[in-house]
Amino acid sequence: MQDGAIAQPRRDWEYVEGWGMSSGSAARVLRPRCTEELIGAIQSARRDGVTLAPRGAGCSYGDASSQSDGRVLDLTRMNKILSFDAETGVLEAEAGLTIEGAWKHTLPSGWWPYVVSGTMYPTIGGAAAMNIHGKNNFRVGTFGDHVREFDLVLSSGEVRTANREQNSDLFHAAIGGFGSLGVFSRIVMDTKRVHSGLMEVRGVSTHDLAEMMAVFEAEKAAADYLVGWIDAFPGGDRSGRGLVHVGRNLGPGEDAASSDSLDPATQSLPANILGVIPKSEMWRGLRLFNHDLGMRLVNAVKYQSGRLEGMGDAYLQSHAAFHFLLDFVPNWKWAYGRKDRRGLIQYQVFLPDETAHDTLLELLERCRASHHVSYLGVLKRHRPDPFWLTHSLDGWSLALDFKVDDARRSSLLEHCHELTELVLAAGGKFYFAKDSVLRPEDATRFLPSDRMAAFSALKRELDPEGLFTTDLMRRVFPA
Amino acid sequence: MSQSDKKPLRAVVVGASSGIGAALVRQLSAEGAHVAALARRVEELESLRDETADSPGEVSVYVHDVCDVDAVPALLEELITELGGLDLLIYAAGVMPSVGRDEYDTKKDLAMLEINLGGCVAWCNPVANLFTTQRNGTIVGISSIAGARGRKGNPMYGTTKAAMDHYLEALRNRLGDYGAHVCTIKPGFVATPMTADVPGMFWVISAETAAIRIMRAARCRVNSRYVPMRWGLVAFVLRLIPSFIFKRLNF
Ligand SMILES: Cc1cc2nc3c(=O)[nH]c(=O)nc-3n(C[C@H](O)[C@H](O)[C@H](O)COP(=O)(O)OP(=O)(O)OC[C@H]3O[C@@H](n4cnc5c(N)ncnc54)[C@H](O)[C@@H]3O)c2cc1C
Ligand SMILES: NC(=O)c1ccc[n+]([C@@H]2O[C@H](COP(=O)([O-])OP(=O)(O)OC[C@H]3O[C@@H](n4cnc5c(N)ncnc54)[C@H](OP(=O)(O)O)[C@@H]3O)[C@@H](O)[C@H]2O)c1
Repeated sequence: MQDGAIAQPRRDWEYVEGWGMSSGSAARVLRPRCTEELIGAIQSARRDGVTLAPRGAGCSYGDASSQSDGRVLDLTRMNKILSFDAETGVLEAEAGLTIEGAWKHTLPSGWWPYVVSGTMYPTIGGAAAMNIHGKNNFRVGTFGDHVREFDLVLSSGEVRTANREQNSDLFHAAIGGFGSLGVFSRIVMDTKRVHSGLMEVRGVSTHDLAEMMAVFEAEKAAADYLVGWIDAFPGGDRSGRGLVHVGRNLGPGEDAASSDSLDPATQSLPANILGVIPKSEMWRGLRLFNHDLGMRLVNAVKYQSGRLEGMGDAYLQSHAAFHFLLDFVPNWKWAYGRKDRRGLIQYQVFLPDETAHDTLLELLERCRASHHVSYLGVLKRHRPDPFWLTHSLDGWSLALDFKVDDARRSSLLEHCHELTELVLAAGGKFYFAKDSVLRPEDATRFLPSDRMAAFSALKRELDPEGLFTTDLMRRVFPA
Repeated sequence: MSQSDKKPLRAVVVGASSGIGAALVRQLSAEGAHVAALARRVEELESLRDETADSPGEVSVYVHDVCDVDAVPALLEELITELGGLDLLIYAAGVMPSVGRDEYDTKKDLAMLEINLGGCVAWCNPVANLFTTQRNGTIVGISSIAGARGRKGNPMYGTTKAAMDHYLEALRNRLGDYGAHVCTIKPGFVATPMTADVPGMFWVISAETAAIRIMRAARCRVNSRYVPMRWGLVAFVLRLIPSFIFKRLNF
């Protein structure tokens, strides 16, 4: 299928779904390998009058990069590192490079990406489009805060460069703009100096939410990373009990064997559990516990072992093990089910500091009352940033994983709408990378209206035909 | 093939204009499935469509030559869009021209390779990719008992079927990791246009009977099945015969 002189990318017909597997559809998937093929795909979609959904590694939980009416533009083959300066830590790469590809390249010279997610498989293009945050959001901000410059391919085929000086509106709109303004093809970003491949990690067990938040506040000044795991099952005065992990990067000279620990090979996670059980089959074991009773047990055991950990000393852990624990068991999500639209949704709420504690307690209580208890709860601390549609704020986020199956689908949706009302009333926000439930009327309540208006104007200017459209955009921003 | 109770099964049958493929289309549509039937001969396809017009299912027909491998991706897209998804692919296209005992005709042999194996690969590859990503779906490949040993009669036909067995087994092992399935069917003698002139057949079954057994095996997620099953015994014995004896056998 040659399109005149325009290079055409490889195409496949595949089932494309959100990472949580609860929604998806079959679509034509185009996989350009270079900017020319990317432009070719854009031009032929325009010619054929179909929409394109930019997609990175598909790690967004919901429908952010799915496409039920049009084509999918999968950027993962555009993953070349264009340059890396080992003196300054500035990395320039194509947008389909994964976070894994980035750290494996920079770590040997003593650099680590400023912001990484709980999995290393997202692309830097997907990370920029969602303006992702890490366990250090309170300290270093979001992914966009460390992007210096990018190239964005517009619906016209034009490649536009933006940074904080040049096209600065576009810079602040496209980062966190969930792929709706154009496609990142090249990203230049800063990385962070590290003096060792290891980190110092300490566990602090907390017996309720207030104590957990107090630990965060007390550690905030000295810690590089803070993350709280919450057992969402118990109520009353144990509500919000859990474990905080406090991570600190080692200073110069603290790791005598830093040349070893900076070697990506020493960062890798072991392939077998106890040397015998292949990791690839572990999800089958987890599936046995994937129901309310099993997860109540798992969370309780985890809490008790966290108490032991809290009594012990700080320990050293590789960056990869600290950040990407979730990648340790491949396809662990299959424990939630592998068949048609079964899986999980993540529901992450962002609350201002003032209302966070009470609202979160109320939220956990409502989950228990409606029997939709999250199997995994994660608390983080955040700070504001200058990106137009950012989810971040001076406050807290709690991420909840809910199991989805046909029996619970509609009551879960109902439940989430109730929680959404609670969060919006408390001045809270949401994050599209994790969302599966927001309605148009919800989005208009937490997105600042002036910024939303400016964003829509930019969208009309750069993509008047609505070429870049995903299922998320159809759901939350219908025309 | 784990379609939920409400949704009809969505199937593509390649090589559907006669014989086993046509019988499978009739059976699937009688069960209420939505079937896309593909082959080269348009009249045969159209009469199949007319014949199944009153069935609970739906049959749509497409003229396609499996040697045109470049057309497969676009046609597959069209079929999936029309059917609203895909649960089952059956590859039944095949040819078995008669070959004389002293005939060495490269053109004839490569034509068999192209249809029996090349077409199978061209269809199964993209479908395997889809089934992997949707984590369900079944591929059924109609191979043959003829792949069991290299016999004097038709060297290339047996070769294409042995290669198909190997290829389908490998696909099955790949797809198994994702909950999808590949079923290899090895018929013995079936009364179809292909075997109309074959002398000395025995244990012959009708294409309809073959279709029933094939679908039963596919639904039970059988890996590999002889149809009827007694041919499994024949294959077993055939494989046991040492080469120095097999060489002297004239079939
Ligand atoms: C186990 C797990 C843990 C996670 N932990 C965190 C976390 O700690 N913090 C956090 O912030 N997020 C987290 N996430 C979410 C994840 O980081 C984001 O969803 C991220 O955007 C995924 O990137 P991706 O490459 O997979 O892109 P996709 O999910 O495929 O796409 C995301 C969005 O980016 C757009 N897009 C993708 N590539 C481009 C491009 N080149 N140009 C323009 N637009 C593009 C898409 O249209 C879509 O809107 C986690 C996800 C998982 C599965
Ligand atoms: N009959 C038996 O005893 C027996 C035994 C073992 C295995 N098999 C296998 O079973 C399968 C079906 O055979 P059958 O017995 O049903 O024979 P058949 O009646 O001749 O059917 C063969 C089918 O394949 C199609 N076909 C052939 N070449 C094609 C091409 N280039 N493009 C598209 N379709 C093509 C034919 O349609 P068009 O000609 O219209 O294209 C026809 O629909 C074959 O693979 C055969 O090897 C048969």
